[in-house]
Amino acid sequence: MSRPGTPAPPRPTRERYRGERRKVSSALWALPPLLALGLVFLYPLVLVVRQSFTQDEGGPLSTAPYAQVFAEASFTDAFGNTVLIALGATAGCLLLGFALALVIAFVPFPGSRAIGRFIDVFLAFPSFLITLALLFVYGTAGLANGLWADATGAAGGPFDFLRTPWGVLLAEITYFTPFVMRPLLAAFSQVETGQLEAAASLGARPARIVRKVIWPEALPSLAAGGALVLVLTLNEFGIVLFTGAKDVVTLPVLIYTKAILDGDYTGACVVAVVNIALSLALYALYRAVAARAGGARTPSTGGDGHRARA
Amino acid sequence: MLVHSKGARRAVWTLFLVLFLPVFALPLLVIVAASFASSWSGALPSGPTLAHYRDITQGDSLRALVTSLVTAVAASLLALAAGTWAALAAQRLRPRARKVLDALFMLPVAVPSVVVGLSLLVAFSQPPLLLNGTPQIVVIAHTVLVTAFAHQSVTAALARLDPAYEQSAAGLGARPAYVLWRVKLPLLLPSLTAAAGLCFALSMGELSATMMIYPPDWLPLPVRVFATTDRGALFAGAALAVVLMAATLLVLLAVSRIRTKASYR
Repeated sequence: MSRPGTPAPPRPTRERYRGERRKVSSALWALPPLLALGLVFLYPLVLVVRQSFTQDEGGPLSTAPYAQVFAEASFTDAFGNTVLIALGATAGCLLLGFALALVIAFVPFPGSRAIGRFIDVFLAFPSFLITLALLFVYGTAGLANGLWADATGAAGGPFDFLRTPWGVLLAEITYFTPFVMRPLLAAFSQVETGQLEAAASLGARPARIVRKVIWPEALPSLAAGGALVLVLTLNEFGIVLFTGAKDVVTLPVLIYTKAILDGDYTGACVVAVVNIALSLALYALYRAVAARAGGARTPSTGGDGHRARA
Repeated sequence: MLVHSKGARRAVWTLFLVLFLPVFALPLLVIVAASFASSWSGALPSGPTLAHYRDITQGDSLRALVTSLVTAVAASLLALAAGTWAALAAQRLRPRARKVLDALFMLPVAVPSVVVGLSLLVAFSQPPLLLNGTPQIVVIAHTVLVTAFAHQSVTAALARLDPAYEQSAAGLGARPAYVLWRVKLPLLLPSLTAAAGLCFALSMGELSATMMIYPPDWLPLPVRVFATTDRGALFAGAALAVVLMAATLLVLLAVSRIRTKASYR
Protein backbone atom coordinates (compact mmCIF):
# COMPACT_ATOMS: atom_id res chain seq x y z
CA MET A 1 0.00 0.00 0.00
CA SER A 2 2.71 2.45 0.99
CA ARG A 3 5.77 2.82 -1.15
CA PRO A 4 8.70 3.86 1.00
CA GLY A 5 11.30 5.97 -0.67
CA THR A 6 8.92 7.49 -3.22
CA PRO A 7 10.09 11.03 -3.96
CA ALA A 8 7.80 13.89 -3.07
CA PRO A 9 5.01 13.91 -5.66
CA PRO A 10 4.99 16.87 -8.00
CA ARG A 11 1.22 17.29 -7.89
CA PRO A 12 0.12 16.33 -4.38
CA THR A 13 -3.59 16.75 -4.97
CA ARG A 14 -3.67 14.21 -7.77
CA GLU A 15 -1.44 11.76 -5.87
CA ARG A 16 -3.63 12.04 -2.83
CA TYR A 17 -6.68 11.49 -4.98
CA ARG A 18 -5.14 8.32 -6.37
CA GLY A 19 -4.18 7.15 -2.85
CA GLU A 20 -7.70 7.79 -1.61
CA ARG A 21 -9.08 5.76 -4.49
CA ARG A 22 -6.80 2.84 -3.65
CA LYS A 23 -7.90 2.96 -0.03
CA VAL A 24 -11.52 2.98 -1.10
CA SER A 25 -10.98 -0.01 -3.40
CA SER A 26 -9.21 -1.91 -0.58
CA ALA A 27 -12.17 -1.22 1.66
CA LEU A 28 -14.51 -2.40 -1.11
CA TRP A 29 -12.65 -5.71 -1.31
CA ALA A 30 -13.21 -6.23 2.41
CA LEU A 31 -16.92 -5.64 1.98
CA PRO A 32 -18.22 -8.97 0.56
CA PRO A 33 -16.86 -11.20 3.37
CA LEU A 34 -18.00 -8.63 5.91
CA LEU A 35 -21.50 -8.61 4.44
CA ALA A 36 -21.62 -12.41 4.52
CA LEU A 37 -20.45 -12.46 8.14
CA GLY A 38 -23.00 -9.79 8.98
CA LEU A 39 -25.85 -11.73 7.41
CA VAL A 40 -25.17 -15.13 8.99
CA PHE A 41 -23.57 -14.14 12.29
CA LEU A 42 -23.83 -10.50 13.40
CA TYR A 43 -27.42 -9.86 12.32
CA PRO A 44 -28.67 -13.09 14.00
CA LEU A 45 -26.82 -12.11 17.18
CA VAL A 46 -28.50 -8.71 17.16
CA LEU A 47 -31.84 -10.45 16.78
CA VAL A 48 -31.03 -12.63 19.81
CA VAL A 49 -30.35 -9.54 21.89
CA ARG A 50 -33.57 -7.90 20.63
CA GLN A 51 -35.62 -10.99 21.33
CA SER A 52 -34.22 -11.15 24.86
CA PHE A 53 -35.88 -7.76 25.52
CA THR A 54 -39.20 -8.72 23.91
CA GLN A 55 -41.83 -10.08 26.25
CA ASP A 56 -44.54 -10.70 23.64
CA GLU A 57 -44.12 -11.04 19.90
CA GLY A 58 -44.23 -7.54 18.42
CA GLY A 59 -44.59 -5.93 21.84
CA PRO A 60 -42.48 -3.12 23.29
CA LEU A 61 -38.93 -3.70 24.52
CA SER A 62 -38.69 -4.34 28.25
CA THR A 63 -36.36 -5.79 30.83
CA ALA A 64 -39.13 -7.98 32.21
CA PRO A 65 -37.76 -11.19 30.58
CA TYR A 66 -34.47 -10.64 32.42
CA ALA A 67 -36.21 -10.15 35.77
CA GLN A 68 -38.21 -13.29 35.09
CA VAL A 69 -35.23 -15.48 34.14
CA PHE A 70 -32.99 -14.15 36.92
CA ALA A 71 -35.68 -15.08 39.45
CA GLU A 72 -35.76 -18.72 38.30
CA ALA A 73 -33.88 -21.21 40.45
CA SER A 74 -32.86 -23.15 37.32
CA PHE A 75 -30.97 -20.10 36.05
CA THR A 76 -29.11 -19.36 39.27
CA ASP A 77 -28.23 -23.04 39.60
CA ALA A 78 -27.00 -23.20 36.01
CA PHE A 79 -24.99 -20.01 36.44
CA GLY A 80 -23.33 -21.30 39.60
CA ASN A 81 -22.67 -24.71 38.03
CA THR A 82 -21.15 -23.16 34.91
CA VAL A 83 -18.79 -20.86 36.79
CA LEU A 84 -17.75 -23.51 39.33
CA ILE A 85 -17.15 -26.20 36.71
CA ALA A 86 -15.25 -23.77 34.48
CA LEU A 87 -13.04 -22.57 37.32
CA GLY A 88 -12.42 -26.11 38.58
CA ALA A 89 -11.64 -27.44 35.11
CA THR A 90 -9.30 -24.54 34.40
CA ALA A 91 -7.42 -25.09 37.65
CA GLY A 92 -7.16 -28.80 36.92
CA CYS A 93 -5.97 -28.23 33.35
CA LEU A 94 -3.32 -25.74 34.48
CA LEU A 95 -1.99 -28.11 37.12
CA LEU A 96 -1.98 -31.23 34.96
CA GLY A 97 -0.84 -29.37 31.85
CA PHE A 98 2.09 -27.74 33.66
CA ALA A 99 3.23 -31.05 35.17
CA LEU A 100 2.99 -32.97 31.88
CA ALA A 101 4.61 -30.23 29.79
CA LEU A 102 7.43 -29.98 32.32
CA VAL A 103 8.27 -33.65 31.90
CA ILE A 104 7.95 -33.62 28.09
CA ALA A 105 10.19 -30.56 27.78
CA PHE A 106 12.81 -31.05 30.47
CA VAL A 107 12.94 -34.76 31.29
CA PRO A 108 12.57 -35.99 27.71
CA PHE A 109 12.34 -39.69 27.03
CA PRO A 110 12.29 -41.75 23.85
CA GLY A 111 8.91 -41.16 22.27
CA SER A 112 8.13 -37.83 23.92
CA ARG A 113 7.92 -36.25 20.46
CA ALA A 114 5.33 -38.85 19.47
CA ILE A 115 3.31 -37.73 22.46
CA GLY A 116 3.19 -34.22 21.03
CA ARG A 117 1.78 -35.64 17.80
CA PHE A 118 -0.68 -37.73 19.77
CA ILE A 119 -2.00 -34.64 21.53
CA ASP A 120 -2.67 -33.03 18.14
CA VAL A 121 -4.63 -36.10 17.07
CA PHE A 122 -6.49 -35.99 20.36
CA LEU A 123 -7.65 -32.43 19.70
CA ALA A 124 -8.92 -33.31 16.24
CA PHE A 125 -11.76 -35.24 17.85
CA PRO A 126 -14.94 -33.71 19.26
CA SER A 127 -15.14 -33.24 23.02
CA PHE A 128 -18.20 -35.41 23.61
CA LEU A 129 -16.17 -38.53 22.73
CA ILE A 130 -14.40 -38.09 26.08
CA THR A 131 -17.66 -38.40 27.99
CA LEU A 132 -18.55 -41.45 25.90
CA ALA A 133 -15.16 -42.97 26.71
CA LEU A 134 -15.50 -42.22 30.42
CA LEU A 135 -18.78 -44.15 30.38
CA PHE A 136 -16.74 -47.21 29.39
CA VAL A 137 -14.03 -46.48 31.95
CA TYR A 138 -16.00 -45.47 35.04
CA GLY A 139 -19.59 -46.28 34.04
CA THR A 140 -21.73 -48.94 35.71
CA ALA A 141 -20.67 -51.32 32.94
CA GLY A 142 -17.05 -50.52 32.38
CA LEU A 143 -13.38 -50.99 33.04
CA ALA A 144 -12.90 -49.65 36.58
CA ASN A 145 -16.02 -51.17 38.09
CA GLY A 146 -15.34 -54.40 36.19
CA LEU A 147 -11.81 -54.57 37.62
CA TRP A 148 -13.21 -53.98 41.11
CA ALA A 149 -15.87 -56.65 40.66
CA ASP A 150 -13.29 -59.15 39.37
CA ALA A 151 -10.93 -58.40 42.25
CA THR A 152 -13.43 -58.44 45.11
CA GLY A 153 -16.15 -60.69 43.72
CA ALA A 154 -18.72 -57.99 44.42
CA ALA A 155 -21.63 -57.48 42.02
CA GLY A 156 -20.65 -53.93 41.14
CA GLY A 157 -17.94 -51.38 41.70
CA PRO A 158 -17.72 -48.20 43.77
CA PHE A 159 -17.29 -45.78 40.87
CA ASP A 160 -20.50 -43.88 40.29
CA PHE A 161 -19.71 -40.21 39.81
CA LEU A 162 -20.18 -39.67 36.07
CA ARG A 163 -23.61 -38.12 36.43
CA THR A 164 -22.39 -35.66 39.05
CA PRO A 165 -20.47 -32.41 38.45
CA TRP A 166 -17.30 -34.42 39.14
CA GLY A 167 -17.85 -36.47 36.00
CA VAL A 168 -18.16 -33.30 33.92
CA LEU A 169 -15.08 -31.89 35.63
CA LEU A 170 -13.00 -34.99 34.86
CA ALA A 171 -14.10 -35.02 31.22
CA GLU A 172 -13.35 -31.32 30.76
CA ILE A 173 -9.93 -31.58 32.39
CA THR A 174 -9.13 -34.51 30.11
CA TYR A 175 -10.20 -32.74 26.95
CA PHE A 176 -8.90 -29.23 27.62
CA THR A 177 -5.49 -29.96 29.21
CA PRO A 178 -3.79 -30.08 25.77
CA PHE A 179 -4.91 -26.47 25.20
CA VAL A 180 -2.68 -25.53 28.14
CA MET A 181 0.16 -27.87 27.14
CA ARG A 182 0.61 -26.55 23.61
CA PRO A 183 1.51 -22.94 24.46
CA LEU A 184 3.54 -24.18 27.44
CA LEU A 185 5.62 -26.51 25.27
CA ALA A 186 6.17 -23.63 22.84
CA ALA A 187 7.39 -21.44 25.71
CA PHE A 188 9.58 -24.19 27.16
CA SER A 189 11.29 -24.69 23.80
CA GLN A 190 12.60 -21.12 24.20
CA VAL A 191 14.22 -21.81 27.57
CA GLU A 192 18.01 -22.07 27.24
CA THR A 193 19.10 -25.48 28.48
CA GLY A 194 22.38 -23.79 29.39
CA GLN A 195 20.54 -21.82 32.03
CA LEU A 196 19.25 -25.01 33.60
CA GLU A 197 22.69 -26.64 33.46
CA ALA A 198 24.27 -23.58 35.04
CA ALA A 199 21.70 -23.48 37.83
CA ALA A 200 22.13 -27.21 38.43
CA SER A 201 25.92 -27.03 38.47
CA LEU A 202 25.70 -24.19 41.00
CA GLY A 203 23.88 -26.63 43.25
CA ALA A 204 20.21 -25.69 42.69
CA ARG A 205 17.88 -28.61 43.18
CA PRO A 206 15.19 -29.36 40.54
CA ALA A 207 12.40 -27.78 42.61
CA ARG A 208 14.39 -24.57 42.88
CA ILE A 209 15.20 -24.56 39.15
CA VAL A 210 11.53 -24.98 38.32
CA ARG A 211 10.60 -22.14 40.64
CA LYS A 212 13.35 -19.70 39.72
CA VAL A 213 14.09 -20.40 36.05
CA ILE A 214 11.20 -22.22 34.41
CA TRP A 215 8.23 -20.70 36.24
CA PRO A 216 8.85 -17.10 35.08
CA GLU A 217 9.15 -18.32 31.48
CA ALA A 218 5.95 -20.33 31.78
CA LEU A 219 3.80 -17.67 33.43
CA PRO A 220 2.58 -15.77 30.32
CA SER A 221 1.71 -18.99 28.50
CA LEU A 222 -0.01 -20.37 31.57
CA ALA A 223 -2.09 -17.21 31.83
CA ALA A 224 -3.01 -17.35 28.14
CA GLY A 225 -3.79 -21.07 28.22
CA GLY A 226 -5.80 -20.69 31.41
CA ALA A 227 -7.91 -17.85 30.03
CA LEU A 228 -8.57 -19.81 26.84
CA VAL A 229 -9.63 -22.92 28.75
CA LEU A 230 -11.88 -20.78 30.92
CA VAL A 231 -13.73 -19.50 27.85
CA LEU A 232 -13.95 -22.97 26.29
CA THR A 233 -15.27 -24.60 29.46
CA LEU A 234 -17.85 -21.83 29.94
CA ASN A 235 -19.14 -22.57 26.44
CA GLU A 236 -18.83 -26.36 26.53
CA PHE A 237 -22.02 -28.19 25.60
CA GLY A 238 -21.26 -31.66 24.23
CA ILE A 239 -19.55 -33.00 27.34
CA VAL A 240 -22.37 -31.91 29.65
CA LEU A 241 -25.08 -33.12 27.26
CA PHE A 242 -23.50 -36.57 26.99
CA THR A 243 -23.32 -37.11 30.75
CA GLY A 244 -27.11 -37.01 30.64
CA ALA A 245 -27.29 -35.86 34.24
CA LYS A 246 -30.48 -34.02 35.06
CA ASP A 247 -28.94 -32.04 37.93
CA VAL A 248 -25.81 -30.88 36.10
CA VAL A 249 -27.16 -28.01 34.01
CA THR A 250 -24.84 -25.33 32.67
CA LEU A 251 -25.74 -22.16 30.78
CA PRO A 252 -25.35 -23.67 27.27
CA VAL A 253 -27.46 -26.67 28.30
CA LEU A 254 -30.07 -24.31 29.76
CA ILE A 255 -30.20 -22.44 26.44
CA TYR A 256 -30.76 -25.72 24.62
CA THR A 257 -33.42 -26.87 27.10
CA LYS A 258 -35.32 -23.59 26.99
CA ALA A 259 -35.24 -23.19 23.21
CA ILE A 260 -35.64 -26.75 21.95
CA LEU A 261 -37.42 -28.64 24.71
CA ASP A 262 -39.58 -25.82 26.19
CA GLY A 263 -39.95 -23.63 23.10
CA ASP A 264 -39.25 -20.54 25.25
CA TYR A 265 -37.16 -18.48 22.82
CA THR A 266 -37.19 -15.27 24.83
CA GLY A 267 -35.90 -17.07 27.94
CA ALA A 268 -33.25 -18.86 25.87
CA CYS A 269 -32.15 -15.52 24.40
CA VAL A 270 -31.81 -13.98 27.87
CA VAL A 271 -29.55 -16.83 29.00
CA ALA A 272 -27.66 -16.57 25.69
CA VAL A 273 -26.98 -12.86 26.22
CA VAL A 274 -25.64 -13.58 29.73
CA ASN A 275 -23.46 -16.38 28.36
CA ILE A 276 -22.15 -14.23 25.48
CA ALA A 277 -21.30 -11.36 27.84
CA LEU A 278 -19.41 -13.72 30.15
CA SER A 279 -17.47 -15.42 27.33
CA LEU A 280 -16.68 -12.24 25.39
CA ALA A 281 -15.28 -10.54 28.47
CA LEU A 282 -13.06 -13.52 29.19
CA TYR A 283 -12.10 -13.93 25.53
CA ALA A 284 -11.01 -10.28 25.34
CA LEU A 285 -8.92 -10.94 28.45
CA TYR A 286 -7.42 -14.02 26.78
CA ARG A 287 -6.51 -12.13 23.59
CA ALA A 288 -4.83 -9.41 25.65
CA VAL A 289 -2.88 -11.93 27.73
CA ALA A 290 -2.01 -14.09 24.71
CA ALA A 291 -0.80 -11.07 22.75
CA ARG A 292 1.54 -10.18 25.63
CA ALA A 293 2.68 -13.78 25.98
CA GLY A 294 3.30 -14.02 22.22
CA GLY A 295 4.93 -10.60 22.08
CA ALA A 296 7.31 -11.46 24.90
CA ARG A 297 8.58 -14.48 23.01
CA THR A 298 8.56 -13.31 19.43
CA PRO A 299 9.14 -9.57 19.17
CA SER A 300 8.60 -9.55 15.40
CA THR A 301 5.05 -10.17 14.29
CA GLY A 302 6.32 -12.06 11.26
CA GLY A 303 7.64 -15.10 13.15
CA ASP A 304 5.97 -18.44 13.51
CA GLY A 305 2.54 -16.92 13.77
CA HIS A 306 0.52 -19.93 14.72
CA ARG A 307 2.94 -20.82 17.48
CA ALA A 308 2.74 -17.39 19.01
CA ARG A 309 -1.02 -17.49 18.90
CA ALA A 310 -1.37 -21.09 19.98
CA MET B 1 17.74 -32.17 31.41
CA LEU B 2 16.24 -31.24 34.73
CA VAL B 3 16.63 -34.50 36.63
CA HIS B 4 20.08 -36.04 36.55
CA SER B 5 20.02 -39.18 38.63
CA LYS B 6 18.85 -42.23 36.74
CA GLY B 7 16.53 -43.47 39.47
CA ALA B 8 14.79 -40.13 39.90
CA ARG B 9 14.35 -39.84 36.14
CA ARG B 10 12.72 -43.28 36.03
CA ALA B 11 10.38 -42.21 38.84
CA VAL B 12 9.39 -39.06 36.97
CA TRP B 13 8.71 -41.01 33.78
CA THR B 14 6.64 -43.59 35.61
CA LEU B 15 4.60 -40.85 37.22
CA PHE B 16 4.19 -39.21 33.82
CA LEU B 17 2.93 -42.39 32.18
CA VAL B 18 0.63 -43.09 35.14
CA LEU B 19 -0.91 -39.65 34.60
CA PHE B 20 -0.77 -39.54 30.82
CA LEU B 21 -1.90 -42.97 29.72
CA PRO B 22 -5.16 -43.25 31.68
CA VAL B 23 -6.11 -39.65 30.98
CA PHE B 24 -5.36 -39.40 27.26
CA ALA B 25 -4.65 -42.77 25.68
CA LEU B 26 -7.23 -44.84 27.53
CA PRO B 27 -10.36 -42.95 26.35
CA LEU B 28 -9.59 -43.55 22.68
CA LEU B 29 -8.67 -47.18 23.30
CA VAL B 30 -11.81 -48.01 25.28
CA ILE B 31 -14.04 -46.57 22.57
CA VAL B 32 -12.37 -48.77 19.97
CA ALA B 33 -12.55 -51.80 22.27
CA ALA B 34 -16.19 -51.21 23.13
CA SER B 35 -17.18 -50.86 19.48
CA PHE B 36 -16.29 -54.52 18.93
CA ALA B 37 -18.04 -55.77 22.09
CA SER B 38 -21.55 -56.63 23.10
CA SER B 39 -21.15 -56.33 26.87
CA TRP B 40 -18.69 -55.01 29.46
CA SER B 41 -19.14 -56.46 32.92
CA GLY B 42 -15.60 -57.58 33.82
CA ALA B 43 -12.27 -55.86 33.48
CA LEU B 44 -12.37 -56.32 29.72
CA PRO B 45 -15.24 -56.08 27.24
CA SER B 46 -16.76 -59.39 26.20
CA GLY B 47 -18.83 -60.88 23.42
CA PRO B 48 -16.74 -59.89 20.40
CA THR B 49 -18.94 -58.89 17.48
CA LEU B 50 -18.87 -56.97 14.24
CA ALA B 51 -22.62 -56.41 14.32
CA HIS B 52 -22.32 -52.71 15.23
CA TYR B 53 -20.19 -52.06 12.17
CA ARG B 54 -22.50 -54.12 9.97
CA ASP B 55 -25.39 -51.92 11.10
CA ILE B 56 -23.51 -48.82 10.02
CA THR B 57 -23.19 -50.01 6.44
CA GLN B 58 -26.92 -49.54 5.93
CA GLY B 59 -29.89 -47.44 6.95
CA ASP B 60 -29.90 -44.31 9.11
CA SER B 61 -26.30 -44.58 10.33
CA LEU B 62 -24.92 -44.66 6.79
CA ARG B 63 -27.15 -41.72 5.89
CA ALA B 64 -25.83 -39.83 8.96
CA LEU B 65 -22.24 -40.47 7.85
CA VAL B 66 -22.96 -39.22 4.32
CA THR B 67 -24.81 -36.20 5.76
CA SER B 68 -21.80 -35.35 7.93
CA LEU B 69 -19.36 -35.75 5.05
CA VAL B 70 -21.41 -33.56 2.70
CA THR B 71 -21.93 -30.92 5.39
CA ALA B 72 -18.24 -30.89 6.33
CA VAL B 73 -17.04 -30.59 2.72
CA ALA B 74 -19.51 -27.81 1.94
CA ALA B 75 -18.79 -25.90 5.15
CA SER B 76 -14.99 -26.25 4.74
CA LEU B 77 -15.04 -24.96 1.16
CA LEU B 78 -17.30 -22.02 2.05
CA ALA B 79 -15.24 -21.21 5.15
CA LEU B 80 -12.00 -21.44 3.20
CA ALA B 81 -13.30 -19.09 0.51
CA ALA B 82 -14.67 -16.56 3.01
CA GLY B 83 -11.70 -16.82 5.37
CA THR B 84 -9.11 -16.47 2.60
CA TRP B 85 -10.93 -13.57 0.99
CA ALA B 86 -11.22 -11.76 4.32
CA ALA B 87 -7.56 -12.40 5.17
CA LEU B 88 -6.39 -11.13 1.76
CA ALA B 89 -8.65 -8.08 2.00
CA ALA B 90 -7.54 -7.36 5.56
CA GLN B 91 -3.91 -7.29 4.44
CA ARG B 92 -4.63 -4.28 2.20
CA LEU B 93 -6.42 -2.34 4.92
CA ARG B 94 -4.93 0.17 7.33
CA PRO B 95 -3.81 -1.37 10.65
CA ARG B 96 -6.77 -0.21 12.66
CA ALA B 97 -9.37 -1.35 10.12
CA ARG B 98 -7.49 -4.62 9.80
CA LYS B 99 -7.67 -5.19 13.54
CA VAL B 100 -11.42 -4.63 13.50
CA LEU B 101 -11.90 -7.05 10.59
CA ASP B 102 -9.74 -9.72 12.24
CA ALA B 103 -11.59 -9.33 15.53
CA LEU B 104 -14.98 -9.63 13.80
CA PHE B 105 -13.91 -12.83 12.07
CA MET B 106 -12.55 -14.30 15.31
CA LEU B 107 -15.74 -13.44 17.19
CA PRO B 108 -17.56 -16.74 16.46
CA VAL B 109 -14.85 -18.54 18.46
CA ALA B 110 -15.70 -16.60 21.60
CA VAL B 111 -19.46 -16.92 21.23
CA PRO B 112 -20.81 -20.25 22.52
CA SER B 113 -21.67 -22.61 19.64
CA VAL B 114 -25.10 -23.19 21.17
CA VAL B 115 -25.76 -19.46 20.88
CA VAL B 116 -24.65 -19.48 17.23
CA GLY B 117 -27.26 -22.18 16.64
CA LEU B 118 -29.91 -20.27 18.59
CA SER B 119 -29.21 -17.03 16.71
CA LEU B 120 -29.62 -18.74 13.33
CA LEU B 121 -32.84 -20.28 14.58
CA VAL B 122 -34.15 -16.87 15.67
CA ALA B 123 -33.02 -15.10 12.50
CA PHE B 124 -34.02 -17.58 9.83
CA SER B 125 -37.32 -18.92 11.17
CA GLN B 126 -39.19 -16.03 9.60
CA PRO B 127 -39.50 -14.61 6.09
CA PRO B 128 -37.75 -13.24 4.05
CA LEU B 129 -35.11 -15.88 4.75
CA LEU B 130 -36.96 -18.99 5.85
CA LEU B 131 -34.17 -21.53 6.25
CA ASN B 132 -35.27 -23.28 9.43
CA GLY B 133 -35.74 -26.97 8.72
CA THR B 134 -33.48 -27.06 5.67
CA PRO B 135 -30.04 -28.67 5.33
CA GLN B 136 -28.67 -25.25 4.36
CA ILE B 137 -29.05 -23.90 7.90
CA VAL B 138 -26.80 -26.69 9.21
CA VAL B 139 -24.18 -25.89 6.57
CA ILE B 140 -24.42 -22.18 7.42
CA ALA B 141 -23.97 -22.87 11.14
CA HIS B 142 -20.90 -25.03 10.53
CA THR B 143 -19.47 -22.44 8.15
CA VAL B 144 -19.90 -19.67 10.73
CA LEU B 145 -18.17 -21.77 13.37
CA VAL B 146 -15.15 -22.86 11.29
CA THR B 147 -14.52 -19.71 9.22
CA ALA B 148 -12.63 -18.16 12.15
CA PHE B 149 -10.04 -20.95 12.00
CA ALA B 150 -9.64 -20.69 8.22
CA HIS B 151 -9.27 -16.92 8.51
CA GLN B 152 -6.73 -17.17 11.32
CA SER B 153 -4.74 -19.85 9.53
CA VAL B 154 -4.52 -17.90 6.26
CA THR B 155 -3.71 -14.67 8.11
CA ALA B 156 -0.80 -16.39 9.86
CA ALA B 157 0.41 -17.82 6.53
CA LEU B 158 0.17 -14.40 4.85
CA ALA B 159 2.28 -12.87 7.61
CA ARG B 160 4.98 -15.46 6.94
CA LEU B 161 4.88 -14.96 3.17
CA ASP B 162 7.92 -13.21 1.70
CA PRO B 163 6.59 -10.03 0.02
CA ALA B 164 9.51 -10.12 -2.45
CA TYR B 165 7.66 -12.62 -4.66
CA GLU B 166 4.60 -10.52 -5.29
CA GLN B 167 6.66 -7.34 -5.46
CA SER B 168 8.88 -8.73 -8.18
CA ALA B 169 5.86 -10.10 -10.05
CA ALA B 170 4.19 -6.71 -9.84
CA GLY B 171 7.47 -5.03 -10.79
CA LEU B 172 7.56 -7.17 -13.95
CA GLY B 173 4.16 -5.76 -14.85
CA ALA B 174 1.78 -8.46 -13.63
CA ARG B 175 -1.68 -7.17 -12.80
CA PRO B 176 -2.96 -7.66 -9.22
CA ALA B 177 -5.40 -10.43 -10.20
CA TYR B 178 -2.60 -12.31 -11.98
CA VAL B 179 -0.24 -11.89 -9.00
CA LEU B 180 -2.93 -13.24 -6.69
CA TRP B 181 -3.78 -16.22 -8.89
CA ARG B 182 -0.30 -17.22 -10.08
CA VAL B 183 1.94 -16.13 -7.19
CA LYS B 184 0.15 -15.65 -3.89
CA LEU B 185 -2.38 -18.48 -3.91
CA PRO B 186 0.15 -21.15 -5.03
CA LEU B 187 2.48 -20.02 -2.23
CA LEU B 188 -0.39 -20.22 0.23
CA LEU B 189 -1.53 -23.63 -0.98
CA PRO B 190 0.02 -25.72 1.85
CA SER B 191 -1.61 -23.50 4.47
CA LEU B 192 -4.90 -23.61 2.59
CA THR B 193 -5.00 -27.40 2.54
CA ALA B 194 -4.05 -27.55 6.22
CA ALA B 195 -6.82 -25.06 7.01
CA ALA B 196 -9.27 -27.08 4.94
CA GLY B 197 -8.38 -30.22 6.91
CA LEU B 198 -8.86 -28.41 10.19
CA CYS B 199 -12.23 -27.00 9.11
CA PHE B 200 -13.34 -30.44 7.93
CA ALA B 201 -12.38 -32.07 11.25
CA LEU B 202 -14.16 -29.39 13.26
CA SER B 203 -17.29 -29.63 11.16
CA MET B 204 -17.33 -33.44 11.35
CA GLY B 205 -17.39 -33.27 15.16
CA GLU B 206 -19.69 -30.28 15.59
CA LEU B 207 -22.51 -31.08 17.99
CA SER B 208 -23.52 -27.96 19.96
CA ALA B 209 -24.95 -25.74 17.23
CA THR B 210 -26.15 -28.75 15.24
CA MET B 211 -28.29 -29.96 18.14
CA MET B 212 -30.15 -26.64 18.01
CA ILE B 213 -30.95 -26.59 14.31
CA TYR B 214 -30.79 -29.99 12.59
CA PRO B 215 -33.91 -30.90 10.63
CA PRO B 216 -35.12 -34.52 10.91
CA ASP B 217 -34.03 -35.32 7.35
CA TRP B 218 -30.51 -33.90 7.74
CA LEU B 219 -29.08 -35.61 10.79
CA PRO B 220 -25.26 -35.50 11.06
CA LEU B 221 -23.16 -38.25 12.64
CA PRO B 222 -22.47 -36.60 16.05
CA VAL B 223 -26.21 -36.18 16.61
CA ARG B 224 -26.67 -39.82 15.66
CA VAL B 225 -23.97 -40.82 18.18
CA PHE B 226 -25.79 -38.83 20.86
CA ALA B 227 -29.21 -40.26 19.98
CA THR B 228 -27.79 -43.80 19.99
CA THR B 229 -26.00 -43.56 23.34
CA ASP B 230 -28.87 -41.58 24.87
CA ARG B 231 -31.25 -44.49 24.35
CA GLY B 232 -28.70 -46.81 26.00
CA ALA B 233 -27.08 -48.47 22.97
CA LEU B 234 -23.58 -47.60 24.19
CA PHE B 235 -21.70 -50.16 22.09
CA ALA B 236 -23.41 -49.18 18.85
CA GLY B 237 -22.65 -45.57 19.75
CA ALA B 238 -18.99 -46.49 20.22
CA ALA B 239 -18.88 -48.02 16.73
CA LEU B 240 -20.37 -44.82 15.28
CA ALA B 241 -17.80 -42.80 17.20
CA VAL B 242 -14.99 -44.94 15.76
CA VAL B 243 -16.31 -44.31 12.25
CA LEU B 244 -16.43 -40.58 13.02
CA MET B 245 -12.83 -40.62 14.29
CA ALA B 246 -11.62 -42.71 11.34
CA ALA B 247 -13.23 -40.42 8.76
CA THR B 248 -11.76 -37.36 10.47
CA LEU B 249 -8.28 -38.89 10.72
CA LEU B 250 -8.28 -40.08 7.10
CA VAL B 251 -8.99 -36.58 5.83
CA LEU B 252 -6.43 -35.02 8.15
CA LEU B 253 -3.80 -37.52 7.01
CA ALA B 254 -4.75 -36.82 3.41
CA VAL B 255 -3.93 -33.15 3.87
CA SER B 256 -0.82 -34.53 5.57
CA ARG B 257 -0.45 -31.97 8.31
CA ILE B 258 -2.47 -32.45 11.41
CA ARG B 259 -3.36 -29.10 12.82
CA THR B 260 -5.98 -28.62 15.43
CA LYS B 261 -8.09 -25.88 16.82
CA ALA B 262 -5.50 -25.31 19.51
CA SER B 263 -3.16 -23.96 16.84
CA TYR B 264 -5.47 -21.10 15.93
CA ARG B 265 -7.28 -19.44 18.75
